[in-house]
Amino acid sequence: MGSIITLSIVQSALELGCIYALVALALFVSFSLLNIADLSTDGCFTLGCAVCAAVTLAGHPILALFAAMAAGVCSGFVTSFLQTKLGIESILAGIIVNTGLYTINIAAMGFASNINLFASDTMFTWAKEHIGGTWYKLIVVILIVAAVGLLLSLFLNTRIGLSIRATGDNPDMVRASSINTGLMVTIGLCVANAMTALSGGILAQYQKSCDINLGTGMVTIALASLIIGESIIGRGSMLKRVAGVVLGSCLYRFIVAIALRLNVPAECLKLVSALIVAIAIALPYLKRQAVFVRQRKAARAQNQVYLSEMNTEQSTEDGGGRSC
Amino acid sequence: MLIMKNITKTFHPGTVNEKCALKGLNLELAAGDFATIVGSNGAGKSTLFNAITGAFYIDRGLIVLDGEDITYKKEYLRSKTIGHLFQDPLKGTAPHMTIEENMALAYLRAKTSSHAFFSRINAADKKKFRENLALLDMGLEDRMRQPVGLLSGGQRQALTLLMATMVTPKILLLDEHTAALDPATAEKVLKLTKDIVAERKITCLMVTHNMHQALELGNRTLMMDAGTIVFDVRGEQRADMTVDDLLEQFAKQAGKQLDNDRILFSKAQK
Ligand SMILES: Nc1ncnc2c1ncn2[C@@H]1O[C@H](COP(=O)(O)OP(=O)(O)OP(=O)(O)O)[C@@H](O)[C@H]1O
Ligand SMILES: [Mg+2]
Repeated sequence: MGSIITLSIVQSALELGCIYALVALALFVSFSLLNIADLSTDGCFTLGCAVCAAVTLAGHPILALFAAMAAGVCSGFVTSFLQTKLGIESILAGIIVNTGLYTINIAAMGFASNINLFASDTMFTWAKEHIGGTWYKLIVVILIVAAVGLLLSLFLNTRIGLSIRATGDNPDMVRASSINTGLMVTIGLCVANAMTALSGGILAQYQKSCDINLGTGMVTIALASLIIGESIIGRGSMLKRVAGVVLGSCLYRFIVAIALRLNVPAECLKLVSALIVAIAIALPYLKRQAVFVRQRKAARAQNQVYLSEMNTEQSTEDGGGRSC
Repeated sequence: MLIMKNITKTFHPGTVNEKCALKGLNLELAAGDFATIVGSNGAGKSTLFNAITGAFYIDRGLIVLDGEDITYKKEYLRSKTIGHLFQDPLKGTAPHMTIEENMALAYLRAKTSSHAFFSRINAADKKKFRENLALLDMGLEDRMRQPVGLLSGGQRQALTLLMATMVTPKILLLDEHTAALDPATAEKVLKLTKDIVAERKITCLMVTHNMHQALELGNRTLMMDAGTIVFDVRGEQRADMTVDDLLEQFAKQAGKQLDNDRILFSKAQK
């Protein structure tokens, strides 16, 4: 019996944390910055996974990652097209695309519900040869997340990046500035979905398989990571916030890993995820409430003193008459 | 600089809510003109501005800005060269972005080169922003990394003005931009407006409910009623005018008394 946290648990939590961090970053762009709840995330994650698996199977593991990203861009483009050109509510647009993607994903996997890559080369087999040791997977995913995170935070300070952020922050202002909101939503969703699909693609190579239901619940998990990260880091520069999201994703994986160590059955994992999300979202609110309750208690105690003072004053004025 | 010919705009045509907000309006502004606009509530002053910025397309008429027909030009393309300030100070800035980021956005929006999309601000730009902010004398230059949401309404409006004029616009539209501020702050923002407009010779239209301002500021005074300009005065005639003359003129031209709650309110204060 060791402690609850072993090195291998830390290692795999970090690996998964970094991989899924890309989805959390996608939601950071679409949800936190653009203020759009992109419900096509689940399907897009599977899309990246499926496309990457298919191309990896064909013998091009690196190309596969770019193919996954390209597929993600297409998916994001369709979602934004439905919103900006056809006037469909953003949540509905996401749901529609998510539904449609199921068929696309099955097709991408050659009309099978899963693919396995045990016989294929992936970037991880390449890394094993060239880096070696037991940490090679972690090194690869950290490098990828660091590169994506850095590029993203640079991008968010360019003119387009600033415009995307303003679009989500103050539509009134944006309308009065020379910003094409439709274009900004489109670019934002394309970037976000590219990251989601890349995450799916990396996962396919990481676990050497792809399943049609892999993405189910992904949006909830990513949201949890995002909110954990944002509540830890708070506001700050883009780089800081991006780092916070990655941190949140890793933390989330730790929580799940610990839950598993505590013998929570695997079937209950979704329920655990939902609980973590609910708690993570509620926590900042509960914190404020706690502060308020404490303040109110202190104020009430003080007010009791005032009130009784006033009562005694009044009763002396009344000549000590009525007492009630 | 700005030519508007026979502008007509009806909202919700063919319904019970039908409202003809602009009725064959004509207006010509020369480069460097600074005209104030007064008029009753619902006269169409804000609507006139929205027609210029392209918030909607007009039903009939022609709008030419700096020699270019912009009647059917898209809003986001026009606004590159139009500055627009609203009464509500919250409308002009993005609250969750820092002062610096807001200014960067205003600064970068007018760049037109091909790789401008990925342009970023550099240290020299930041220094310039700092200097600009220092001119406001509100201490904002030391708060450049704070979100704009933390600023007061007056500070936000001053910042918006700075942003709108950061790249000199072809025309600046001020829609009662000091009306929501306390008197001292309003005075400050107004002075800033005068300085910037005069220094850069910006063509400017300013809606105001203060009749004194309407006569003192700029070189022209326009009066609007029921979707048209009923009175346009400048030069010597304007210099000799008093507020009472102006009100009398309005009554004569529009055939009724000027009826604007904010004008009445500001007169009651005097
Ligand atoms: N988008 C719109 N849809 C429908 N009606 C509108 C719209 N914009 C303005 N109107 C109507 O057009 C008329 C002119 O409005 P406008 O806001 O231009 O008045 P204003 O001169 O700015 O008045 P105020 O002094 O109160 O600001 C009003 O009757 C208004 O209800
Ligand atoms: Mg108005």
